Amino acid sequence: MDGIHDMGGMHGFGKVEPEENEPVFHAAWEGRCLALNRAMGAIGAWTIDEGRAGIEALPPDVYLSSSYYGKWALRLENMVVARGLAGADELAAGHALHAAKQMKRKLTVADVPRTLTRGSFGREALAPARFKTGDRVRTKNIHPATHTRLPRYARGRIGEIEAIRGCHVFPDSTAIGGDEDPQWLYTVRFGARELFGDSADPTLTVSIEAFEPYLEPAP
Amino acid sequence: MAHDHEHDDDHHQHGSELSEMQLRVRALETVLAEKGYIDPAALDAMIEAHETKIGPHIGAHIVAKAWTDPAFKRALIEDATKAAQSLGLINRVGDHLIAVENTPKLHNMIVCTLCSCYPWEVLGLPPVWYKSAPYRSRAVNDPRGVLADFGVTLPAETQIRVWDSTAETRFLVLPMRPAGTEGWGEEKLAALVTRDSMIGTSLPKSPGEVA
Repeated sequence: MDGIHDMGGMHGFGKVEPEENEPVFHAAWEGRCLALNRAMGAIGAWTIDEGRAGIEALPPDVYLSSSYYGKWALRLENMVVARGLAGADELAAGHALHAAKQMKRKLTVADVPRTLTRGSFGREALAPARFKTGDRVRTKNIHPATHTRLPRYARGRIGEIEAIRGCHVFPDSTAIGGDEDPQWLYTVRFGARELFGDSADPTLTVSIEAFEPYLEPAP
Repeated sequence: MAHDHEHDDDHHQHGSELSEMQLRVRALETVLAEKGYIDPAALDAMIEAHETKIGPHIGAHIVAKAWTDPAFKRALIEDATKAAQSLGLINRVGDHLIAVENTPKLHNMIVCTLCSCYPWEVLGLPPVWYKSAPYRSRAVNDPRGVLADFGVTLPAETQIRVWDSTAETRFLVLPMRPAGTEGWGEEKLAALVTRDSMIGTSLPKSPGEVA
């Protein structure tokens, strides 16, 4: 999706402002919001990629004007309603009014340590890798209206395969409720001038982690 | 419950937008708990782990070990998930952690331009700036400008490498060991390793800063 979330290389957002001695959460609701989102993922309400797509689906003005955990809260509201897990009437009332849906899993206190390690997205390869280290590749000029992990600034650009990272769940598929469709994942390195033109820093190289369907051999 | 009390504290300390978020998140939690999807006690445990157990001290321990143990450093570069796990950390480290080494010629910086991917098992939750539009937009085309925002200037000839975390691989910068730390033990060295130095937006502290 060519959304506002795809920020790499944009101008005008100003300086980075680090905060001295930043707390883990700036308010208690941020922690509750993080944990609620993680818990819903852990019981199988949606995949990590469907969750990311849920953030990207927020209108651009809302995306830019909401805090990080504010976006997570809006996404959670939207997704529980869209999936019939809770009604908008229930969220407005602040109490359950209807029967719950049956979920795949439960999350108890005993399961919490499991949620503190990221899920594993590596999968058995279904076919040999198409590219090898050192190959010159061109990223495809794709603009799906749905979730993708190929950022705009790196589309239609020539780079080099620096590393092969194994075969992974393909976000473009799982984000829209499709199969895991495992794909080879590569670190692809680009010169900054290839990405940003002749005025770019000549000492800079940038890499993305690119799934095989994003790539074709360089001409 | 303890967190209800904290919600009320927020109400007194912050403005109306925060109060609204507080109420919305509380409504979400109440509804999802009443429907049996989530257990508030599990949320408490997750929050407590983030506030007390998981943080950049874990990454600092890994870096300090790499600075003092060449075999561990080799293992870390080879397979950071496995090497970090061998230290007996509190939580298992997820797959595909990748350590990237700074050298006198090369400086590494980590970003997630699309969202907020971050090696949180070893660094904790990302700071607000890491998730902000200024960082996500500029890291890939103006990393020297970003470094300047952190008060860091690198030599003009230093090569800069920015890693955009666009998949489930996660990156940890292995910064250079500061000069003047010869003979230091791991624990003392770990105190020099800042969170930002492991993201690549800053450098480790110098020995004089922790004296």
